Amino acid sequence: MVGLNHYLALSAVLFAIGLYGALSKRSAVVVLMAVEVMLNAANIALVAFSRYVVPPLGALAANQGAFSGQIFAIFVITVAAAEAAVGLAIIIYIYRTKETVDVTEVDLMRG
Amino acid sequence: MGVSIAFWIFATMAVAAALAVIAVRNIFRAALSLIILFGAVAALFFTLSADFLAVAQLLVYAGAIAILILFAIVVTPNFQFANRSNKLWLPTLVAAALVLAAILVGIFRTAWRTTTPADLPTTGDIALALFDQRLGFVLPFEVASVLLLAAIIGAIAIVREK
Repeated sequence: MVGLNHYLALSAVLFAIGLYGALSKRSAVVVLMAVEVMLNAANIALVAFSRYVVPPLGALAANQGAFSGQIFAIFVITVAAAEAAVGLAIIIYIYRTKETVDVTEVDLMRG
Repeated sequence: MGVSIAFWIFATMAVAAALAVIAVRNIFRAALSLIILFGAVAALFFTLSADFLAVAQLLVYAGAIAILILFAIVVTPNFQFANRSNKLWLPTLVAAALVLAAILVGIFRTAWRTTTPADLPTTGDIALALFDQRLGFVLPFEVASVLLLAAIIGAIAIVREK
C-alpha cells in the first residue's frame, strides 16, 4: 500500500534531480526548468502531508489546519507562475544585450 | 490498489522525465520532457485526491509555464542544442546526492502521525478553508493577486524595447 513515505521519497528524488540541474547547467533556460522541477517536488510533499498528516475531512469546523498543505501548494503554483514570467523576461533581456544565455558568461556582478 | 498502481506508474514517469530534463542534449526535448513531468505530477495530485490542484497544475504548469519556456527557447536560438554542464558538475552531483541522502534519512527516521484518509474530492473543502472568515487565507490571496500584477508589469518593463 502506497503511503506518505512513498510520496515523500519521490519528492526528495525529484528535488535532488532539480537541485543538480539548477546548479550544474550552463543555459539559463535549463536552470529555470530545473527550478520548476524543484518546485513541483515541494508541491508533491506539501499535498502528501495535507492528505496523510493533518486531520483531513470533517476537521474544518474545529479548523485544525486542514488542507493548509494544499493551500500552500496553490500559493507555490502562483509564485512559480510569477517567477517563470519574470525569469524568462530577464533571460530574454540578457540574450538581447549579451547574445548568450550562458550563465557562466553573465558575470557583471563578479567581485 | 488501483491508486498504488497509478502511483508507481506516474512516479516512474516523473523521475524519468526529470532525468531527461537534465540529461537530454537538445534543450527543446528537455522542455518537452518537462511538460511530461508536469502531467505526471498532476496525475500524482489526482492519486492524492487533490483534484483542484491537479487541474490547476495542468492549466498553469502544462499550459502557461510550458508555453513560456518553449517561447524563451525559441527566441534565444544560438544556445538551443547545447544542454551543457558547467565545470562544477561533479561537486554539484555529490552535493545533490548528499542532500537527497539527508532528506531520505529524515523521512524514514521520523515517526509521522498519519491518518487513513477518505477518498473524497477536496475542492469544496479547500475553498472553505481558503476563504474562512477567521482562520482563512484571504489576505495572502489578495497579496498573491498583487504579486501577479507586479510580475506582469515587471516582465513587460524588462523586455520592452527602449
